Amino acid sequence: MRKLRFRPCGNFKEYYEQELTIFETDFGRMWMWIGLFLLLFVVPFVGSPYTLYVLNNIAIAAIAAIGLNILIGYTGQISLGHGAFFGVGAYSAAILATKAGFPFWLSVILAGAVTAIVGMIFGIPSLRLKHLYLTIATLAGQFIIEYVLVHWESLTGGAEGIILPEPTIFGLNVSADRAFSWVVFFSFAVMCWMAVNLARSRYGRAFVAIRDNDRAAEGMGIPLFRYKLLSFGISSFYAGFAGGLWAYYTVSITPEPFTLFLSIEYIAMIIIGGLGSISGSVFGAVFIIMLNEILSQATQYIMNLGAFAGIALTVAPLREFVFGLAIVLFLIFEPRGLAEVWRIIRSSFRLWPFAY
Amino acid sequence: MKDDILLQLNNISVVYADVIQILKGVSLAIRKKQIVSLLGSNGAGKTTTLRAVSGLLKPENGKVTEGTIEYEGRPIQNAAPETITRLGIIQVLEGRPPFEHLTVEENLRVGTAARGTRSYKEDLDLVYHYFPRLLERRKALAGYCSGGELQMIAIGRALMARPKLLLLDEPSLGLAPLLVKEIFQIVKRINEEQGTTIILVEQNANMALQIAHYGYVMENGKIVMEGEASDLRENPDVKEFYLGIAASGALKTYKDVKAYKRRKRWL
Amino acid sequence: MEFFAQLFINGLSIGFLYALSALGFVMIFKSSSVLNFAHGELLALGAFFFLILSVWAKLPIVLCFLVTLVGCFALGFIIERLFLRPLIGEALIEVIMLTVGLSAMFKGLMLLIFGGNLHNYPDFLPEALSIQWGAISVPSVYVSSFIIGLIFLGVFGFFFKYSSHGIYMRSVADHQPAALSLGVNVRRVFALSWAIAAVVCAMSGIVLGIINGINVHQLSTMGLKVFPVVILGGLDSIGGAILGGIIIGLLENFTGGYISTSLREVVPYIVLVLILLVKPYGLFGSEEIERV
Repeated sequence: MRKLRFRPCGNFKEYYEQELTIFETDFGRMWMWIGLFLLLFVVPFVGSPYTLYVLNNIAIAAIAAIGLNILIGYTGQISLGHGAFFGVGAYSAAILATKAGFPFWLSVILAGAVTAIVGMIFGIPSLRLKHLYLTIATLAGQFIIEYVLVHWESLTGGAEGIILPEPTIFGLNVSADRAFSWVVFFSFAVMCWMAVNLARSRYGRAFVAIRDNDRAAEGMGIPLFRYKLLSFGISSFYAGFAGGLWAYYTVSITPEPFTLFLSIEYIAMIIIGGLGSISGSVFGAVFIIMLNEILSQATQYIMNLGAFAGIALTVAPLREFVFGLAIVLFLIFEPRGLAEVWRIIRSSFRLWPFAY
Repeated sequence: MKDDILLQLNNISVVYADVIQILKGVSLAIRKKQIVSLLGSNGAGKTTTLRAVSGLLKPENGKVTEGTIEYEGRPIQNAAPETITRLGIIQVLEGRPPFEHLTVEENLRVGTAARGTRSYKEDLDLVYHYFPRLLERRKALAGYCSGGELQMIAIGRALMARPKLLLLDEPSLGLAPLLVKEIFQIVKRINEEQGTTIILVEQNANMALQIAHYGYVMENGKIVMEGEASDLRENPDVKEFYLGIAASGALKTYKDVKAYKRRKRWL
Repeated sequence: MEFFAQLFINGLSIGFLYALSALGFVMIFKSSSVLNFAHGELLALGAFFFLILSVWAKLPIVLCFLVTLVGCFALGFIIERLFLRPLIGEALIEVIMLTVGLSAMFKGLMLLIFGGNLHNYPDFLPEALSIQWGAISVPSVYVSSFIIGLIFLGVFGFFFKYSSHGIYMRSVADHQPAALSLGVNVRRVFALSWAIAAVVCAMSGIVLGIINGINVHQLSTMGLKVFPVVILGGLDSIGGAILGGIIIGLLENFTGGYISTSLREVVPYIVLVLILLVKPYGLFGSEEIERV
C-alpha cells in the first residue's frame, strides 16, 4: 500500500503533477467519497420532502453557478445574461420533450447543447470587445432572449408557457422529490467533477491567463477568440443543463422567472461564494437558496402574525434588497467570498493552537 | 547650516508590492535654492526617490518602509500626494504625459489644483514669460503639441503651483540637443529668479552637472557618490562612466571595463 | 405625415431625455472608468425624492426642485463614499459587480418603501408651454424637458470648459497619474462625478416621471437603456451620448408607431448588439490603446 499523504508544513512539491492534483491529502479524497456517499445514498432516504426540495434547488442552482463562475471567475468575462441562458435551457428541454418527444435524459443534455450554441452567438462580440463592452452585449442578450421567449408564441407558448411531461429514466418515473433528487445529485456530482478537471487542464489555465491579461495570453500563443468563445459555450452549457433539469422539476414553465434579476442572483451566488472557485459556486448557491427560503418563510410568518395587516409585505423586493446588500458587503469586506472564509476557518482549525 | 536644508532623506527604503526593494537606505540633503542633480544608470532608483518625495509611490503600490523624509523639518514619508503638493513639492513626471484633450492653457490651469483656486492670471503670465512658445499655442490641444512643447507644458504646469521644490524627471528625454540646452537654461533661470529648489534627475549627466550646484550618483538603490557639481565634473570615475570621457582620452578596452567593475565594487 | 411628425417630435424629446441621463453615466465612466449599472436606480431615487417633497411634504414646486437637486448631489457623494471608495484600486470587474449589487439593493429598497404601483406628480406645468402646430401637438412636458435639457447641457458644458473643477475632472479622465502629480484630489473628483451624475439623473428621472408616471420597475428599465445610448455614441464621448440618445429615442418611437409596440422595448438592444459587432467602439468613442 502506498503511503498516505498528509498536508506537509511547507511547500514540498517537486513535480507539476503534484501541484495539479485535486486532493492535496488522502483525507481530502476520503471526505469527498464520504460526502458523495451521503449525498447519493443517505440524504435521499432520510430527507423530508421539503428538505429534498430545497436541496434539489440548491444543486440545480449550483450547476448553473459553476457555469457562470467558469465564465466570470476563470475567464474574466462578465455576463449579465446567465438568467436568460438558464431560461433558454429550460425552454429547449421543454420544447424538445413536448414537440419532438425526446426522452428526459436526452432532452436535458440537448438543452445544454442548444444553450451553448446560443451562448456562443452572444459571445461573438467578445472577439473585439473587452469586458466592459462585453458586459453590455450580454445585457442586450438578456433582453433579447426575454423578448423572444414571450413573443415567439408558436414555439414557446408565449406568456402561458409549456407544461412538461413527467421525467422517466429507464421506464422509471422520477418526478417525485425523492426520485428526482438522485438525478439532480448525480448530475451535480458529474458537473462538479467536470468543472474541477477543466480548471486544472490546459483550457482552464488558458482561461485564467485570459482573465489576468488577455494581451499577454495572446502573446503566449493562446487563440483569444476561440478560448473566449469556448468559455461562453461551456458556461452556457452548464446554464442550459441546469435550466433543463429545473424545467422538468417545476413541470410548468413560463418566461416570467428568467429576468435580469435571475442573472443578478447568479452573480450574487458566485461573488458571495468566491470568484474563480468551484467550491465557492456551491457555497454561493447554498447561501442564496437558503436565504431565499428563509426570507420567504420569514415574510410568511410576519404576514400571519397580523401585526402588519395594513402593509402588503411581499418577498420579491425584500429578496432583491438583501441580495444586493449581500453582494455589496461581500465585495467590500471579503471579495474572495465564502470559499476564502471556509479556507481560513479550516486552516485555523488545522493550525490551532499555534498561529502559523 | 541646518536651517539651510529644505529636504532631508534619512536612510529610506522603498518596497514595491511588498516584495521588490528598490531603495536600500538612501540619504540626501537638499539645500534651499539649489539645483541638485541625481545621476545614475537605468534602474538605479532615481525615479523611485522622486516618487518617495512626492507621494506618488502609493498609486504604484510602493511604500517607504524605513527611514524618514523631512521637508522643512516635518516628516512627509507616505503622505498622500494631495498633502505633499500643497506643501509646495511638485513632480514633473518622466515622459511628460499631457492631458491630451485639454488645450495648452487648460493644461496649465490644472497646475493650480495644489493651491486652491485663487486667481491664476499672474501665474499664467509667469509661465508665458518663461515659455513664450506656449503663449502662441495656448488654444491648441495638447495632444497635437510637439515633444519640446509638451516638456514646456509639463514644467509650466508645475510652475503654476508656485512650488518651493520642483522635482524634474528626465526633462531631456527624447529632445533635440538644442532644445535640451534651451530647456536647461530656462530651468536655471527659474531657479535663479524664482528661488525654486530643484532636484534634477538626468541621463544627460554633462548638461545636468553644468547647471547643478550639487550632485548625487546612485547605483542599485544606493547613493554611491556625492559632491559639488564642479567636483563631480572633474571626478575621473564620473567622467568615465557618466560623461563618457575616458581618463586618458584613449579608447576603452575590455581591461578597463573590468577595472571599472572592480572599482565600482569599492563604491 | 402628421403621424410621422408626431412620432418624430416625441422621439426627439424622449431621446433628449435619454441623452441627458446618459450624461451622468458618461461622467462617471470618464472620470473613473466604472460602468454604472445602478443608473436606473439613480433616476428612480431622484424621481421619488421629488415625489416625497411635492406630494407628501407639499412644498412649492420650485423649492422641491432645488431641494431635490441638492439632496441628490449629497446622495451621490454619500454613495461614492460608502460603497465605491473602499474599492478604489481593486479590479474593475469587482467595481462593476458592485454597481450591479447597488442597483439590486436600491431597487429593492424603493420597492419596499413605495411599492410597485404607479405614482403621479401633481400637475404643475403651465399649459402655456405646450405648442399646437396644425395637427401636431407638443405637450408641455416635452417642451419643458427640452428646455431643462438645454439648460443642463449649457450649465455642464460651461462647468467643464471653464471652471477649475471641471478642468480638474477632465484632467483626471485624461491622465490620472499626471493629475495626481499636480495635486489634483482624485478621490474628490470621483466623488464629484458621482454627485453630478446623481443630480443629472434626478433631473431626467423627474421629467420621465412627469411623462409616464413614477414606477420603480419602469424607471430602472429606462436606466438600462442608457447602455444602447452610450454604446451608440461611444462610451467616453459626451457629444456622442447626446446624439446616441436622440437616435435611440427616434428609433424607439418609429418602431413603436410603425411596426409593433412590443418590439419598441427591445429595439435599442438589437441595435446595440449590431453596433457592437460592426463598430465596437461606437460612433464617436475613442479606441482603447493597450499595452501588455
